[in-house]
Amino acid sequence: MIERTPVLNVLTHVILLSGLVLLMGPLWIAFVAATHDMRTVNSPPVELWPGPYLFDNIREAWAISDFGRKFLNTFYVSVGVVAGKIVIACITAFSIVFFNYRGRMVVFWLVFITLMLPLEVRIVPTYAVAANALQPFQFIADWTGISWLWAQITGGALSMEWNLLNSYTGLILPLVATATGTFLYRQFFMTIPDELVEAARMDGAGPVRFLIDVLIPLSRTNMAALATIMFVYSWNQYLWPILIITDRANYGMVAVELRTLIPNQLTTGGGAPTWHLAMAATLLIMIPPILVVIFMQRWFVRGLINTDK
Amino acid sequence: MADISIRDVRKAYGKDEVVHGVSLDIRNGEFVVILGPSGCGKSTLLRMIAGLEAITSGEIAIAGKVVNELEPRHRGCAMVFQNYALYPHMSVADNIGYALKVAGMNKADRLEKVTRVAGSVGLGEFLDRKPGQLSGGQRQRVAMARAIIREPKVFLFDEPLSNLDAKLRTQMRHEIRRIHNRIKATSVFVTHDQHEGMTLADRMVIMNKGTIEQVGTPEDVYLHPASTYVAGFIGSPAMNFLSGRITEAQRAVLIDGGARLAITPEAARGHDGLRVQVGLRPEQIGLAQPGQPGMTAAFDFAEELGSARLYHFLHDGQPVTVHSDQKVDFTVGQDVTLAIPEASVHLFDATTTRSLTADTALQARAAARLHVA
Ligand SMILES: Nc1ncnc2c1ncn2[C@@H]1O[C@H](COP(=O)(O)OP(=O)(O)O)[C@@H](O)[C@H]1O
Ligand SMILES: [Mg+2]
Repeated sequence: MIERTPVLNVLTHVILLSGLVLLMGPLWIAFVAATHDMRTVNSPPVELWPGPYLFDNIREAWAISDFGRKFLNTFYVSVGVVAGKIVIACITAFSIVFFNYRGRMVVFWLVFITLMLPLEVRIVPTYAVAANALQPFQFIADWTGISWLWAQITGGALSMEWNLLNSYTGLILPLVATATGTFLYRQFFMTIPDELVEAARMDGAGPVRFLIDVLIPLSRTNMAALATIMFVYSWNQYLWPILIITDRANYGMVAVELRTLIPNQLTTGGGAPTWHLAMAATLLIMIPPILVVIFMQRWFVRGLINTDK
Repeated sequence: MADISIRDVRKAYGKDEVVHGVSLDIRNGEFVVILGPSGCGKSTLLRMIAGLEAITSGEIAIAGKVVNELEPRHRGCAMVFQNYALYPHMSVADNIGYALKVAGMNKADRLEKVTRVAGSVGLGEFLDRKPGQLSGGQRQRVAMARAIIREPKVFLFDEPLSNLDAKLRTQMRHEIRRIHNRIKATSVFVTHDQHEGMTLADRMVIMNKGTIEQVGTPEDVYLHPASTYVAGFIGSPAMNFLSGRITEAQRAVLIDGGARLAITPEAARGHDGLRVQVGLRPEQIGLAQPGQPGMTAAFDFAEELGSARLYHFLHDGQPVTVHSDQKVDFTVGQDVTLAIPEASVHLFDATTTRSLTADTALQARAAARLHVA
């Protein structure tokens, strides 16, 4: 029920505006802090209006943290994660929706369960696997006696090792599996009428052709929505990179790097609290996700709310 | 060009059998309509021919080759679907040419062929449009063109006209018939609309609950329905049914409620005392002239059709409808005599529901046709 009375109108606008202030307030303060020098930022009262040093601060923060390299790294990883997620989600959903095989429901539920196991929950075992991605195979080989057999035949011990620490692969692979994306695709695929599938079969198109010629073009809006969400998600990755990247100079990601700019006992060691630099870097780091969202917005919204057949 | 032979084909979904042993021969170039109410298994049968549905048991052969295990694309069939099933993201030209693209035809040849086929169904100026920008009739044409362009041995239609409005449906029906006359590919057309079936078919297959009730030309099926089911399904308004009993000595059937209808000697022979359903087509019976013998019935109400009138009577509580171009105003409850020629009386065994006379009559018609040919 939609009512329109002057009182309600005022009230709803008050609520809207306070929402806006709550949302934009911290951003504004960060922006203001990024435009002053250290002394102004650190002396009360809190400044509410911008000062003249924005570009100086940005330049300094950029230089201190070598952000050029970090931006590129994060960009590679985000693109990799997004591409991986889209491919995997699309293929998994394709299999679940369009093929009739025994393990179908099992696959579906396995994917479903991973919703309850985000990276943060399984981070220790994931780290163990990243340290040696072939570890599970080694375990199986040891357990089944294949290692023993190998040792008998070749005379050397069977040891499989694939270390993902300090590598792009390590940053990307564990983030690629996505239940959300799979479900998004599944929902979309289920809206494809059976007749369309059958028409393609009559036209002689096999499953792969159907996927490429019909499903993928039809799911473009889905893809845009997924890509947007996942780009932001992987751009902001913090916990996983901090764990597996020790070679920060070469493989550092922006969120981790930002953390080192935020003053505390560890980073400043009692030195100057450089909040103005931290805030300048924050602004910088926000830019790429914002650009992606702005560019993708049109398709993104359509993909989430509209089945657009 | 191909004939289709269906041998004792069954289809079960789990334990549920929905097609119970259907056998049917479709000749090369023939236009066969499968007619039956919704849910009787028409689509299932058609989809088994197409290869979209596995055959539970039995055998289907196209052009002499058993196709049970063949993928749809190797059967040489094209199909037109009820909801058109056009690829929404492709232009009309790409929709029509998709099968050729999959088959690996080069772009220039494809374009030329698409243009020609699209022109032949009146889509020449819409080649660049998307399906979403077309009217229902135009989408239907795209679906037709998509089938035609493959030059299939067999055309399959699954209620392709049921989403169109009445006028367009007639127009597309004519077009389908015209295309068939030009291409002469074997065609199987599924519909639940008897009018559509009658007007399109060379031969009709009437289905009921997963079995075939009767196969024959539209005229055969109309004149000599093999069972009460067919008799009731074909013809509009529907056939009247009255229960009665045959008396061979009087060469007549005594209708419950008193009336006595003369029948042919062949119909009466050997059926003395048999309980029957008497079928009377509303358009084959009329209002009796004064003094003419017939069956009396009480007038109930009339419907004006313009060129004719539908009179509704009650004979001992059983409704009888008469379609007549005579216009007479009766009063409600008035007794009226109906003229019923003996050739228009259809007799069906009350227990088996099969016709007593259709088989002989149909054989005679078939023999006569053979003689002419
Ligand atoms: N995939 C299916 N699974 C189970 N039952 C089905 C399936 N497809 C059709 N049926 C059943 O088979 C019967 C015949 O269906 P169908 O051939 O579509 O009928 P028609 O085309 O004559 O309306 C119906 O009772 C329907 O419920
Ligand atoms: Mg159907």
